[in-house]
Amino acid sequence: MTAAASPHAGVRLHIVTGKGGTGKTTVAAALALALAQQGKRVLLAEVEERQGISQTFDVPPIGHDETRIVHERGGGELYALSVDVRESLMEYLQKFYKLGRAGTVLEKVGAVDFATTIAPGLRDVLLIGKVYEAAGRRRGGRHHDRGGPEYDAVVLDAPPTGRVVRFLNVNAEVADVARVGPIRTQADSITRLLRSHTTAVHVVSLLEEMPVQETVDALEELRKASLPLGAIVINQVNDPLLGSEGLAAVGARADGLSASVTADLKSASVRTSAAMVAGLLAEAEEHVDRVALQQEQEAVLLEQGRQVYRLPLLPEGTDAGGIRVLADALTEQGMI
Amino acid sequence: MPAAAAEPTLDIDGLLGDQRTRIVVCCGAGGVGKTTIAASLGLRAAEAGRRVVVLTIDPARRLAQSLGLSELDNTPRPVSGFDTSAGGTLDAMMLDMKRTFDEVVEAHATPEKAQQILANPFYQAVSSSFAGTQEYMAMEKLGQLRARAASEDTWDLIVVDTPPSRSALDFLDAPKRLGSFLDGRFIRLLMAPAKAGGRAYLKVFSSGVTMATSVMSKVLGGQVLQDVQTFVAALDTMFGGFRERADKTYALLKNPETAFVVVAAPERDALREASYFIDRLDQEGMPLAGVVVNRIQRVAATTLSRSRALAAAEQLAESRAGSDDPSETAGLTEGLLRLHASLAETAERQEALARRFAAGQPGIALVEVPAAASDIHDIEGLRAVGHALAAG
Repeated sequence: MTAAASPHAGVRLHIVTGKGGTGKTTVAAALALALAQQGKRVLLAEVEERQGISQTFDVPPIGHDETRIVHERGGGELYALSVDVRESLMEYLQKFYKLGRAGTVLEKVGAVDFATTIAPGLRDVLLIGKVYEAAGRRRGGRHHDRGGPEYDAVVLDAPPTGRVVRFLNVNAEVADVARVGPIRTQADSITRLLRSHTTAVHVVSLLEEMPVQETVDALEELRKASLPLGAIVINQVNDPLLGSEGLAAVGARADGLSASVTADLKSASVRTSAAMVAGLLAEAEEHVDRVALQQEQEAVLLEQGRQVYRLPLLPEGTDAGGIRVLADALTEQGMI
Repeated sequence: MPAAAAEPTLDIDGLLGDQRTRIVVCCGAGGVGKTTIAASLGLRAAEAGRRVVVLTIDPARRLAQSLGLSELDNTPRPVSGFDTSAGGTLDAMMLDMKRTFDEVVEAHATPEKAQQILANPFYQAVSSSFAGTQEYMAMEKLGQLRARAASEDTWDLIVVDTPPSRSALDFLDAPKRLGSFLDGRFIRLLMAPAKAGGRAYLKVFSSGVTMATSVMSKVLGGQVLQDVQTFVAALDTMFGGFRERADKTYALLKNPETAFVVVAAPERDALREASYFIDRLDQEGMPLAGVVVNRIQRVAATTLSRSRALAAAEQLAESRAGSDDPSETAGLTEGLLRLHASLAETAERQEALARRFAAGQPGIALVEVPAAASDIHDIEGLRAVGHALAAG
C-alpha cells in the first residue's frame, strides 16, 4: 500500500462508462466491490435495465429496491440497484408533489408511457434523479449516527461512451426546455453534484483502436461538458507471453529460426512437423503485431493525462471469483 | 470445425448472390463488429456484381474513411478502390439522425409549417435526444433507400448496420414506440385544448384529463406543455399516416426479400443477446438468414495440443536450468509453446461457447469469422473478412 492518498479519495459518486463491449459493467462491479472491501457501504447502480449486475455477481435479478448482494467480513456492504424509470417517476411525483393519486391518473391516460419512453431526455432525468437521490440520501431512523449519508460511495454503471455525455448532461438540456418550475430546480442541483469534485467519470478501454478512439473522444466531450474526469481503466490486459528478445527475433524473422526451434522442440520430445513449426511461428508473428498495436494504443491512452489502471484478462470470464481478482487489482494499484 | 459438424453453415455467397435478397440487416450487441460485418458483406456483394448501398450508423473513423465517408452528410456516396470487374457498384452512407428527421418534416409539411416545427424547442429535443430516435431514423432511412432503389433502379441490395443500442432489440422496438406514442391517447389528450370542441370520446376522460394536464403543467412548467402541444398539433396535421409509415417499414422487415444476419462475439453476454434477438425475430416472423460468430480465435499449429505444448514448455524450462550449454533459442521456443497453449485455451473456450450456443438454437445457420491480428480499416481488410464469411 502506498502512503499517498488515492487520487479519488474524496470521490463519492463514481461514474463508469466505456465503449460497448469493453466491460464497463465488470469494471463498475470491481470498483464497487473494492470500495466495499475497505469497509464501506456501497451502492452499485445500473440504469439500462440489462441485469448486468445480477449476471456479474451471479445473484437473482435486481429490481428497483436496493438489495444487499455482498457482505464483507470486515463490515463493508455492497448494495445493488437496477433503476426502473416508471418507479422513479412515481417516487418523484410522490416526493415532490405528494401526487399519489395523480400518478395513477397519469398512468391511465398514457402520460407515464410518454414520460418514460418518449419525452426527450426525461427518461435520463429520472434515471439520474434516482441515482442522485440515493447518493444524497441521509441515514434515517433510530441510529445514533443519524444524519450521515446512507452510502459512503455510489458506483454508477453508466451508458456507453457514445451516449454518456448526453445522459449526464441531460439536466443542462432540461434547463433549456424547462426554463422555470420544479423540474428546473431539481435539474440544477443534479448538475451541481455531477460537476463537483465528489464525482468522477471513469472511462473503460481495451487496447484496441476503436475503444481507444472512443475513450479519447469521450474524455474530450466530458471535459467540454465540465464533467469531472476520473481515471482510464484498461480492461483485459494480456501480458505478452514472449520476452522482448523473443519478440524481436520473431519480428525480424531471423535466419535459421525454424531449424533451431525444431531442434528445441525435438529435445523436448515433441513430434514436430514443418507445418507445426511454421504454425507456431505464424502465431508468434501475429502476436508480435498485436503487441505492437497494443503498445501504440496504450501510448495514446497514456498521453491523455489521466491516471491509468490495468485489469488483467480473465480467461475464465467474470464470475463472482473473477470480480474479486479485479477488485484486488484496483485496490493494489491505488485507484481508491 | 466442430461447431459446423452439427449445425448448417450460413451460406453467405448464396445469400448475397440470390437476386431476391434485397435487404440485409446486421444486428447484435454493441462491440461485436456489426459495422465491419455489414461493410464486408456489402463489399463482397458488390464485387460479385450486385449494386449495393451500405447504411452505416456509427463506423470507426478509419473504416469510414476507407469507405470514402469523411463527412457525415446523410447521402449515399460511391466507394472507390474495389473490384468492379463483375459489374457491381458500391455506395455507402453514414446516418445523420437529426438531418433525417428534419427531412421527414420538410417532405411532409408546407414550408411555413416545417419552419414552425423545426424551430420548436420540443422538436429540437426530440429529434436529437429522444430515446429511440436513432433506431427510428435508421428504419426511416432504410424505407427511403428501399423506395429510391425501386423508383430509380439505383441499387438491388441494401445492407444495414443497426445502431449501438443498449439492447439489440431496441432496433425493432423503437419505431413501434414512436408510432404508438403519436397515435396514443396521451397525445390526443395533449391536443384536446388545441382542437376546440374536441372529439366526443375525450369527454369521457374529461376530469382525468384536466387533472393530468394540470399535473403536467405543474411538473414540467407551463411553457413546456405549450411547446409540446404546439409540436404535437403540427405533427398531427402533417403526419396523417405516421403510424402507417412506421408499420410499412416494419412490414418490409418481415418480407422475404429481407435477411437478418445476427452478429455475435464468442462471449457469454454477446451470445445471450444474440439468442434473445433470434427468439424475437422468430416471434415476429422476420426472416433470419443466420448468425455470424465474429472474431473467433484460431490456432495455426493445429496438430499441437495445449497439454502437449505446456508439457514441452516445462521440459524446456527444466533443461535450460540444468544444462551448461542450452540452445540459444530454448527460451524463445518455450515462449512459443506457452503462447500456443494460451491461444489454444482461448480457442477451445470460444469453441465451447459457440457450440453451446448452436445447441440452444437448433437448425440456425452459423458461420465463424476468425479474429484478425489487427483492426480492420481498409478495403483489403474488409475483403478478407468477406472471404472468411464465405469460407465458413
